[in-house]
Amino acid sequence: MKLTHHLDDATLVRYAAGDLDEAFAVIVSSHLAMCEQCRKASHDAEELGGQMLEAAEETAVNEDAFAKLMAAIDEQNQANVDGVDAQNVHQFPKKRAAISGDVPMPLQRFLGSQIADIEWKKVAPGISKHDIDLGKDVPSSLYLLNIAEGQAVPEHGHGGMEMTLILSGAYTDRFGRFGPGDIADLDEHVEHQPIVEAGAPCICLVATEKPTKFKGLVERILQPIIGI
Amino acid sequence: MRTALKLVNNNEPNPAIELAKHHRQLIARVGSSQDRAAFQALFEHFAPRIKAMMLKGGMGVMQAEDLMQDVMMTVWRKSSQFSPDRGTVSAWIFTIARNARIDLMRKASSRPYDDVYEMEIAADDKSSDDEVLQSQREECISAALQDLPKDQREVIQLAFVADLSQSEIAKKLSLPIGTVKSRMRLAYGKLKGKLEAVR
Ligand SMILES: [Zn+2]
Repeated sequence: MKLTHHLDDATLVRYAAGDLDEAFAVIVSSHLAMCEQCRKASHDAEELGGQMLEAAEETAVNEDAFAKLMAAIDEQNQANVDGVDAQNVHQFPKKRAAISGDVPMPLQRFLGSQIADIEWKKVAPGISKHDIDLGKDVPSSLYLLNIAEGQAVPEHGHGGMEMTLILSGAYTDRFGRFGPGDIADLDEHVEHQPIVEAGAPCICLVATEKPTKFKGLVERILQPIIGI
Repeated sequence: MRTALKLVNNNEPNPAIELAKHHRQLIARVGSSQDRAAFQALFEHFAPRIKAMMLKGGMGVMQAEDLMQDVMMTVWRKSSQFSPDRGTVSAWIFTIARNARIDLMRKASSRPYDDVYEMEIAADDKSSDDEVLQSQREECISAALQDLPKDQREVIQLAFVADLSQSEIAKKLSLPIGTVKSRMRLAYGKLKGKLEAVR
């Protein structure tokens, strides 16, 4: 897949460090599932962690730590019926059927594998929404929007960090055309007005920080419409 | 000014690169034949660093020791999945420690990371065994980090080891968030530039 819009470098670093909450971790990993370039870049960012680990001062572990670990490994091996070493019986299937379907893998546990199976709730003319429930401990929101072809989303700025990942269809705004796999990783002060391309609705995944502060007039008008 | 290419052609032995190569060979032995001596060598190097990382992130001593045990257990179990194409052993072990910490401390889930990881493993029919390329990458990584200015290094250290969020780093260093972000971008950009030169 040839993509145009990728993750910001600062986002890659935060993802590699483990600094994103689950809503943003899911949208970033969904883009990674669709984008080899950012997947490689995310591993490069993880090298920063590797180097910091190398440079970390050492703290002595318990004297029997290694013996204890090997005993635990032996115990696990014995518990395996066939006596196969635990490292060969990890739960990963060799080939994963779940890569089928048009929903990126990190989203499949919420949505299943087919975009066509998603249930929508109409929130405004031409705009439907599907909320993804991550539990109340997650400070940000994650949802899908299904926006009709030709539809203009009212111009809006962002009350906080926001990312939009296109799953199908396309829209255009002043940053260019966003097609399947493209991610808009926008600065919080950016304003834009996406217009969905003719031909098909645009289905996108949106992660957004929950509004915490008083917002501008435009956002307050828009908020009841799409719930951002 | 040194260029990435010159660094790659530099023949002086560099202990950091020798170490990275050594770790790569050790993990291969653990992965292919459950070699316990090789695993012990990795344990002796990484376990005290993982424990230090957990302590720096605010854990108690017992919890840090327990989580270190979990992380090293995962290193053993997943050793056969390690692919030098995706990065160094240190980076791989860092991600295992990071995921364990996310699951424990943030009451969040490391599942999104695992999904991408599983996908990559499923997609990798065979990983290439390009020794030269791997050594070049290891050299770039250690060079990029040696050259890292102190203010950038501090931000990276707080994010990756001390487990501080972007806004916590900003508060701790009395900096605007934008400055924290730009230091992250600069530190990463330098590494990325060097790595792309050998990809
Ligand atoms: Zn990308």
